[in-house]
Order: sequence, then C-alpha cells, then structure tokens
Amino acid sequence: MRKLLAVLAVLVALTLLAVWLLFPVDRQDGEAPRAAYTPPVDSVERGRELVTMADCRACHTARGGAPFAGGYAIPTPFGTFFTPNITPDAQTGIGRWSATDFWHALHNGYSKDGTLLYPTFPYTNYTRISRRDADDMYAYLRTVPPVSRPTRAHELGFPYNHRLLLVAWRLLFFRPGVYESDSTQSADWNRGAYLAQGLGHCSACHEARNALGAVKSKHNPAGGLVLNWYAPTLTSPREAGVHDWSIPNIVMLLKTGRTGSTALQATTMGPMGEVVYNSLQYTRDEELRAMAAYLKSLPDTGARSGGLVRSSAHTGTLSKGETIYADDCAQCHGDNGEGRAPAAPPLAGNRAVTMSSTVNPVRIVLFGGYSPGTAGNPRPFGMPPYFQTLRDDQIADVLSYIRASWGNHAPPVSGDEVGRNRGSPLF
Amino acid sequence: MKTLLLRLSAVMIAFGGAHAADTAPPPLDSIGQRVQPCLPCHGKEGRATREGYYPRIAGKPAGYLFNQLVNFRDGRRHFPMMTYLADLQNDAYLREMAGFFGAQRVPYPPPQPPQVGAAVLERGRRLVMEGDAALRVPSCRSCHGTRLLGVEPAVPGLLGVSQDYLTAQLSAWRIGARAAHAPDCMAELVQRLRPEDVNSATAWLATQAVPDDTGPEQGFEHPPALRCGSIPQTGQQP
Ligand code: HEC
Ligand code: HEC
Ligand code: HEC
Ligand code: HEC
Ligand code: HEC
Repeated sequence: MRKLLAVLAVLVALTLLAVWLLFPVDRQDGEAPRAAYTPPVDSVERGRELVTMADCRACHTARGGAPFAGGYAIPTPFGTFFTPNITPDAQTGIGRWSATDFWHALHNGYSKDGTLLYPTFPYTNYTRISRRDADDMYAYLRTVPPVSRPTRAHELGFPYNHRLLLVAWRLLFFRPGVYESDSTQSADWNRGAYLAQGLGHCSACHEARNALGAVKSKHNPAGGLVLNWYAPTLTSPREAGVHDWSIPNIVMLLKTGRTGSTALQATTMGPMGEVVYNSLQYTRDEELRAMAAYLKSLPDTGARSGGLVRSSAHTGTLSKGETIYADDCAQCHGDNGEGRAPAAPPLAGNRAVTMSSTVNPVRIVLFGGYSPGTAGNPRPFGMPPYFQTLRDDQIADVLSYIRASWGNHAPPVSGDEVGRNRGSPLF
Repeated sequence: MKTLLLRLSAVMIAFGGAHAADTAPPPLDSIGQRVQPCLPCHGKEGRATREGYYPRIAGKPAGYLFNQLVNFRDGRRHFPMMTYLADLQNDAYLREMAGFFGAQRVPYPPPQPPQVGAAVLERGRRLVMEGDAALRVPSCRSCHGTRLLGVEPAVPGLLGVSQDYLTAQLSAWRIGARAAHAPDCMAELVQRLRPEDVNSATAWLATQAVPDDTGPEQGFEHPPALRCGSIPQTGQQP
C-alpha cells in the first residue's frame, strides 16, 4: 500500500513534466497506402468499409443492443471496461464531436474534453490510420441512428481506476504516428502493413502485453492472452505465423474462418472467430491478399518447439490418455489423429494442439465450440464440450496423449492447467 | 455460475456419455453430425431426461427453438454455454439446427413422482387446464396446446421437461432475466401469478405422463388471450 502511494506521488510529480511532453502531440497526417481495389467514391460508404475493417462495432455494441451505442463489457486483469456510446447522440454519444475531435481520439488517444483514454481502446494501433480515412469513418458514424444511452463507468481496481496513471503509461509506451510507407516494399505490402498494423489491430491481441497492459514490443515473439484465450504470435510458423502458407490459403482463413485443404487445416475460434465473423469476412479479397503478403513477410522469430522424449514417467499418463481418446475423440478425429474431413480437423501435426501455450487446447476440450458461420463456411462443424464428462486429470491425460502422438512432440499438460481454465468466462 | 456448472457436472457424470455408442453415427457431412456438440447436454436426439436441468429440445416446434437460439445470441436469454455456441452463427444455420431437433419424434421419460401435497397439485392442474379468471390468467393449455405438447410454429410443449427447468424459466421471466420477442406474453402472465403459483403449476406439469409424441398441434383452438410477439401473425415467418 505504502509503496503504491509512493509510486502515485512520483506519478503526480511526473504529470507536470508529462503534460507538455504529451500535448503537443503528433499532428502529422500522412497518406495511407492506396487501397488494393478501387474504393467507393462516396466518403460515407468508404467510411463504412473502414469501420467494418476496424471492427469498431464489435466492441461498441452490447449483446443485442443498438449498434455503436456502447455498453459492451470487456473483462481484463485490471477490471471491467464498459465501452462508450459512439452514436451521433448529442447528450450521450459523440454527436457534438467534430471530425478533429474524432481524429484526436483515434490518433492521439484522448477524448473531446482532453480526458486520456485507456488503451483497451486500441488507439495504439488506430494511430496508424490516415487523417483522410479517419474523416471517412467519422462521416459514416454520423449516419448511424443516434441512440440515447449513457455511458457506464468502468469498474477498475486501484490504482488503474486513476486515469492519471495513463500519463506515465503514454510516456513509456505510446507514440502517435500515422503509417509511413516503406519505399523498399511493394504497394501491396504497404497496404497490407497499413491494414494489419492500423485498422485490423492484429497486434492488439497477437502480441504479449506487460503488467501494465502495453503491447511489449513490435518484435515480441510471444503471443498475448486475451479474454482468457491465447492469441498465438504471428511471427512464428509454430504458432499463428503463415510464412509458408500460400496467399489463397491465408485469404481463405481470414475470410471464411477456416482453411479447407487437408494438408493444412486451421480453424478460428473464440476472439479470432469474432474478428473473422464481424470484420474480416466483409473485407475485400484484394485487401486480404495485401494483408497476407505482409503477414508472410513478418520476421520468423522461430518460437520454441516442445521436445518431449517419451519418458517412462509419462507412459502411465499416455496410456490413460489413449483410452480416453479412443472412447471420446477418435470417432471424429480419427484413430491416428488424421481427422475426418470435413467433420473434424486432424490433430496430428496440428499446431493448435502442439503450441507451447496450452490455454487454447485446454479451453477447446473443456468448452468445445464452432468456427464462425461465415458466408464462405456457413455450416461449420463443432467440437463438443467435455467439462461435464471428463475430470481435470482426464482432460490433461488426453491432451498429453494427443500432444505426444502421431509425430507430435509437445510437453504434457497438467491437471492444474485444466483446473485453472475451468472457471474461464466464455466468449 | 460456477456452482451451477458444478451442479450440472454432477448431473452429467451421472447420466454420462449419453451421446455415444448405442446409435449408428450420422453420415459425416450431415446436420446430424453438425449438432453433435449439443448432445452431451441435451441428450441423444435432444430428448434430455426428466432429471437435471437440461431441457428437452426434441420435437418442440422448430420456430420456437430457432427463436430461443436467437434469444441466447442476442442476450434476451442467459446461459453462457448457449450464448457461446449460438454467438457467431447465421440465422439460416440456427434455423437448420432448430429444424433438426424439431423433427425428432422420440419417447418421453416417465413422469416424476409427486413431491407436493394434493392441494398444491390441484391448484397447479387448475392453472394449467382452466386458468384463474380472478388473476386474469388464461389457462396454460390455451396457448401451449390442448395436449400441452406445444403449437406450431412458436409455442413449446411443457411436458417431458424437469420441474427444476420449468420453475427456473418462469422465475427468470419474473425477475427479467428471460425475455421473448415483444410483446412478451409470458412475462405479462408471470407477473399476474402469485409467487406460489409457479411451483404449483410446474409441480403438476412434471407429474404428467406423455401418451406418445405425436408432435405439436398445428394451430390454436381459439386465438391466444394475450398477444405474444413470438407467435407470428398469419403468413409471416417466426
Ligand atoms: C477492443 C475494443 C474496442 C475497439 C475494437 C474499439 N473501441 Fe473505441 N473504445 C473502447 C473502450 C474500452 C473505450 C473507452 C476508453 C476509456 O474510457 O478510456 C473506447 C473509447 C472510444 C472513444 C472515446 C469516446 C469518448 O466518449 O471519449 C471513441 C470515439 C471510440 N472509442 C471510437 C472507436 C472507433 C471509431 C473504433 C473503430 C475504429 C473503436 N472505437 C474500436 C474499446 C474499443
Ligand atoms: C480480439 C483478439 C484478436 C484480434 C484483434 C486478432 N486475432 Fe488472430 N487470433 C486470436 C486468437 C485468440 C487466436 C487463437 C485461436 C484461433 O486459432 O482461432 C488467433 C489466431 C490467429 C491465427 C492462427 C489461426 C490458426 O489456427 O492457425 C491467425 C493467422 C490470425 N489469428 C491472424 C490474425 C490477423 C491477420 C489479425 C488482424 C487482422 C488478427 N488475427 C486479429 C485473437 C485475435
Ligand atoms: C463430434 C466430433 C468431435 C469429437 C467427438 C471431438 N472433436 Fe475435437 N474438434 C471437432 C471439430 C469439428 C473441431 C474444429 C472446431 C472448429 O471449427 O473450430 C475440433 C477441434 C479440436 C481441437 C482444436 C484443433 C484446432 O485445429 O483448433 C482439439 C485440440 C480437439 N478438437 C481435441 C479433441 C479431443 C481431445 C476430443 C476427445 C476428448 C475431441 N476433440 C472430440 C470435432 C470433434
Ligand atoms: C453445456 C450444455 C449445453 C450444450 C452443449 C448445449 N446446450 Fe442448449 N441449453 C442448455 C441449457 C442449460 C439450456 C437452458 C438454459 C436456460 O436456463 O435458459 C439450454 C437451452 C436450449 C434451448 C432452448 C430450449 C427451450 O425449451 O427453451 C435450445 C433451443 C437449445 N438449448 C439448443 C441447443 C443447440 C442447438 C445446441 C448445440 C449447438 C445446444 N443447445 C448445446 C445447455 C446446453
Ligand atoms: C398467451 C399465450 C400463453 C399462455 C396463456 C401461456 N403461455 Fe407459456 N409460453 C407462451 C409462448 C409464446 C412461449 C414461448 C416464448 C418464447 O419464445 O420464449 C411460452 C413459453 C413458456 C415456457 C418456456 C418453455 C421452455 O421450454 O423454455 C414455460 C415454462 C411456459 N411458457 C409456461 C407456461 C405456464 C405454466 C402457463 C400457464 C400458467 C403458460 N405458459 C401460459 C405463451 C403462453
């Protein structure tokens, strides 16, 4: 407690210094790399496409609520955030905001009255968006029906409930700045980078956050934990990297939520399923191809592989796991984890199974789930939940077995790891 | 939530593995295969059991089942697992799932033995079969079908479901935790009931044997005494 107060005191002292460091903020407004297709002439229509790519609606709409009227709850380690109303309602929304006020929120992370905003609103990515694109988004948001719905206060623990902390946080972690094209790369690559880093805010989930909720670094090899899922890193083919995938396969994953070819089967679930369902499935193929080109070029940081030698200590676990697999899983995933197209993906050679973080496989066996029902994959198959029929140790045994069979070599899973996820919220 | 899950776990382990083995597996590229994730909870073909909380979904009108999937997805009903499963699915697919379960004609479990006294049961029977004019409560039967097996396309049957489940649903309406399409006749009706009536009605319903599942009735004898937003006006899809 004393320590925290001391920290706060230092922060207060830093404030004065910080204020002039932070305002004037970056005022530059560069050009976005040209879209990979011919965008609509109408700025409202352009704005609608951009807002969809940025997935603003998913966060700013409560379940079953009016679009953009806010009230959606985002649980984080710091407490629960409630998104504000961004419909053009004058009292409770952003009806009195000018295009410049809107630009400051997106680009500089502060509200109309100067309040510093929490980076749960991923302006750390949106700052890459060009002024012209931001103006189009503003033009579109002016046209959505205004809804009177007061914004609910966040419920955050001490000391995070003090926005003052954000002053120091920004000093440490936030540099506003629009995307600057890299002239050594192709136009497509630049467009893809602009979309992935800015609008698509992939790194908001796919990079690890530190104890203060900041994305650790641009080149961080470790993915991030979001909403109790693990977002694997895009910089390793052992996790979510798509370095050696073909462009059409990457586009298919982003557009439909799964890739079909048996040689390379991947599905999206949880938060990634949500991004595909609400945003990526509506993105133009040309734009997705540009994004794919950029993703393929990300540095390969070569994340660790498991390296399990079947030691005698595990044989007991593995044989228990084998029995459970034969009883409960083989009917869909095949006797040798080869999968049964189209009803279930292979588990042999599947990185979603062997990834070093066990969070997603544990969650998937506990709670099951479907890929999103997109236009390109409208009737997805689903995985049944096992939280009621299998105990923690049994789920651990079967996961340890599939992680160490048919050519998979990943370390075992413990019952505690399963237990820790049992109470996880479902999204 | 956690305790509910634990309770459900116990129930499931008891009746465990109802999904596997004893029937031939459905063809791989079929709706039967696609709804496998539903069966650990709702039972083989969606038939459930009298015990436990999971509702029977087999043989309920498809329009009703579809409305519920949408209600979970859109936050009018709350059960995290159901919301999670319906969340990112399009209407056409949810309708197909609803159609699959709606078309199942499978035996009902035997009735539960009465847990309450004769007076309570009699009060329950009166509410279900005759209603209560003084409270302005129409009989349940007038909407849920003369045999209480539901009315196409949007009113569910009330038999073959556990009393726990029925009571929980009526209580959810009372406290505003469950809603149907407006105007929500069930919400209106539950407000008119006395608190103890809920238990009487559900206790009686749970003790009723079901002759054989000939499915929901095709239409109402008389138009419902209250307007229900979930019942489509003639000619319109639910
Ligand atoms: C990951 C969830 C998330 C996404 C995606 C998101 N927002 Fe937000 N947004 C938030 C949260 C949370 C806040 C509240 C921040 C705070 O109170 O400091 C917020 C705040 C805002 C504000 C400030 C409102 C005010 O009254 O101060 C605006 C404007 C805004 N968002 C617009 C957008 C737009 C436009 C997009 C899409 C480009 C978007 N948001 C995408 C979560 C999100
Ligand atoms: C809201 C958080 C979130 C955002 C935003 C997000 N992702 Fe993901 N992503 C995840 C999670 C969690 C997973 C792991 C679960 C899965 O595989 O579906 C994932 C998985 C993936 C995978 C691996 C799929 C597989 O099974 O091999 C790829 C590729 C991917 N994301 C790309 C992207 C791209 C590109 C963007 C930006 C356009 C993006 N993601 C934005 C959370 C997110
Ligand atoms: C009814 C068929 C079925 C059964 C039984 C089944 N699964 Fe699955 N499983 C699936 C489907 C379908 C998916 C893909 C879900 C999706 O599209 O996101 C899946 C996905 C998975 C995944 C994630 C793979 C990935 O690529 O994201 C794991 C791990 C998994 N199952 C393990 C198991 C285990 C362990 C068992 C037995 C305890 C089991 N499954 C039983 C159908 C099944
Ligand atoms: C983890 C267990 C579980 C799984 C898996 C599950 N359900 Fe449910 N379902 C429930 C429970 C519990 C309820 C009742 C919730 C409540 O209290 O309102 C329910 C309610 C329903 C209802 C409303 C029933 C009624 O009479 O009002 C429908 C329809 C339904 N589920 C369909 C499905 C479908 C389709 C699937 C598969 C895609 C599925 N469920 C998977 C537990 C489950
Ligand atoms: C005016 C018509 C009407 C009357 C009278 C009526 N109901 Fe209903 N009831 C409905 C409709 C319509 C639904 C479906 C609501 C929805 O879509 O969620 C329903 C749903 C229900 C459900 C939920 C079933 C499930 O599977 O989740 C229960 C329980 C129920 N009613 C009990 C009763 C009882 C008990 C009575 C008598 C005291 C009664 N109802 C009288 C129209 C009626």
